Amino acid sequence: MDTILEVPPDMELVYAYPESLTPKVTHYCPGCTHGVIHRLIAEVIDELGVRERTIGVAPVGCAVLAYEYFNMDFCEAAHGRAPAMATGIKRVSPDKVVFTYQGDGDLAAIGTSEIIHTANRGELITTIFVNNAIYGMTGGQMAPTTLPGQVTTSSPRGRDVETAGWPMKMAELIGMLPGAAYVTRQSVLDVPSIRRTRKAIKLAFQVQLAGLGFSMVEIISTCNTNWGLSPLDALEWAKQNMVPYYPLGDTKVADSVRALMER
Amino acid sequence: MAKELWEGNAAIAEAAVRAGVEAFFGYPITPQTEILEHLSHRLPELGRVFLQAESEVASINMVYGAACAGARVMTSSSSPGISLMQEGFSYIACSEVPAVIINVMRGGPGLGNVAPSQGDYFQAVKMAGHGDFHPIVLAPGNIQEAIDLTVLAFDLADKYRTIAMVLADGSLGQMMEPAEMPPMRPVRKPEERPAWALTGAKGRKPNIITSLYLVEEELEKVNLRLQAKLREIAANEVRWKEYSTEDAELLIVAFGTVGRVCQTVVREAREKGLKAGLLRPITVWPFPSARIAELARQVRGILVVEMNAGQMVEDVRLAVEGRCPVRFYGRMGGIIPLPDEILPKLEELHQETR
Repeated sequence: MDTILEVPPDMELVYAYPESLTPKVTHYCPGCTHGVIHRLIAEVIDELGVRERTIGVAPVGCAVLAYEYFNMDFCEAAHGRAPAMATGIKRVSPDKVVFTYQGDGDLAAIGTSEIIHTANRGELITTIFVNNAIYGMTGGQMAPTTLPGQVTTSSPRGRDVETAGWPMKMAELIGMLPGAAYVTRQSVLDVPSIRRTRKAIKLAFQVQLAGLGFSMVEIISTCNTNWGLSPLDALEWAKQNMVPYYPLGDTKVADSVRALMER
Repeated sequence: MAKELWEGNAAIAEAAVRAGVEAFFGYPITPQTEILEHLSHRLPELGRVFLQAESEVASINMVYGAACAGARVMTSSSSPGISLMQEGFSYIACSEVPAVIINVMRGGPGLGNVAPSQGDYFQAVKMAGHGDFHPIVLAPGNIQEAIDLTVLAFDLADKYRTIAMVLADGSLGQMMEPAEMPPMRPVRKPEERPAWALTGAKGRKPNIITSLYLVEEELEKVNLRLQAKLREIAANEVRWKEYSTEDAELLIVAFGTVGRVCQTVVREAREKGLKAGLLRPITVWPFPSARIAELARQVRGILVVEMNAGQMVEDVRLAVEGRCPVRFYGRMGGIIPLPDEILPKLEELHQETR
């Protein structure tokens, strides 16, 4: 992708590879939605013109190699610690745009403390939280977001809420914290939802750029491989099962963010 | 600058300020909380970063992030808190970013107590986290040294892109004595941050900081580079102090607070006609093995005194390689051994080796 083809004078450029993505082929499974989410973030960063001052923090999980795919400064956090690492970066480099990219095991289990306190401090960072209700990288174990009754390799008879507790609704939990300025739950299960997610990611970064507080976009996503479904069936399964438990929409829009949206 | 009366913890904190620390992330734990308290007012008044984190786990990962961004950064803690930070130490070591850690040891294991101890020697110098690495570990024996070694820790961390740890104990943290502060250094400007740091990929390729190398040969290459760096540190940075060793026939090896106690033991032994000397390691990693091996040829025997069950004594024995008897005396539970109990042990060694 080093060379950009010249657009003939009688044609208009309507689609291009984002500058904020590297040309590497990802390691994600066919049908995985991480690629779509990566692209949405890259498009937003291009559109805001902040690639050269953006620093990303990758998680432990399927997106552990995210830094291979984003064309910007990046670091790799320990499992769950991305928000703490992002806090350290942002506090010493307040002019930079800092974001974490985290999955549900990373953010809602081992990193619960870090995400809650980072949000509560109103750190000027943005978190992209990919919720696919399972531990993908380790091969499909029960996640904090696994639905009641959902079969995984570590809940072979289905998640029993009596012993394993209930799936964590992180957007609601984070949304109630005063430091969080903008928190929303979106999905990438069809074209309209992908477009809405893109808008939400853009707003989340704009909230950071305007210095309004912590912003997080939770994205209902799929893991067709570990769910044992075809990519299309996985999208349908998520719509039928995840969206009812994890309702889509904003869980926090601070007044300052509302004013930003109206500008 | 004239001497002033400083409490150890506050002195360490102020020394870090003078050394140009840009950010501190920490969590309260006795007996080092005064470091955090001192910096909570000093750093903001100087326009620098102070943040009290939700845990030691978060603190060290904030340090990791700030270090990746190229800032001079530190944290401080005590034994149970250091245990929680070990995950971060390992990531920082593999990522080769500089960070300064102040470790004011207390009695253990477990919650232990808040009294002075050296029970975390192994943790600091042998196994500061998973994987093959050592931090540079500096062990002050008095407050002036705590100040000077804190400043040195920043310089060594920067020079070698590694963790530099100041390994003190609760009594050094809590006691007061006259000491001189170094002059205030200018803080590094954001545009002066190192070329490897995460500063935004403007007009250059992205900088990536990671500790993940999935291909075995690549990870081995990283390890070989880390080991080469450790050998360079071991060759250049060994520091120790000697007292009355020129004609010594009996040698005490002790570090930190009890190293200072042993200066009295040497004096009292000499008054009794015993030719005693003291070697006090200043760096416990790298360890002054070569000098101890040399002295092992000169003396009849070595007594190692520690505030633990016998940890550094293993490094002394490795250095001595059987050239002379090495005996050990230690107290645990947060007790500092006193001259009255150490001197008889030295006399026993004298009887044993005469």
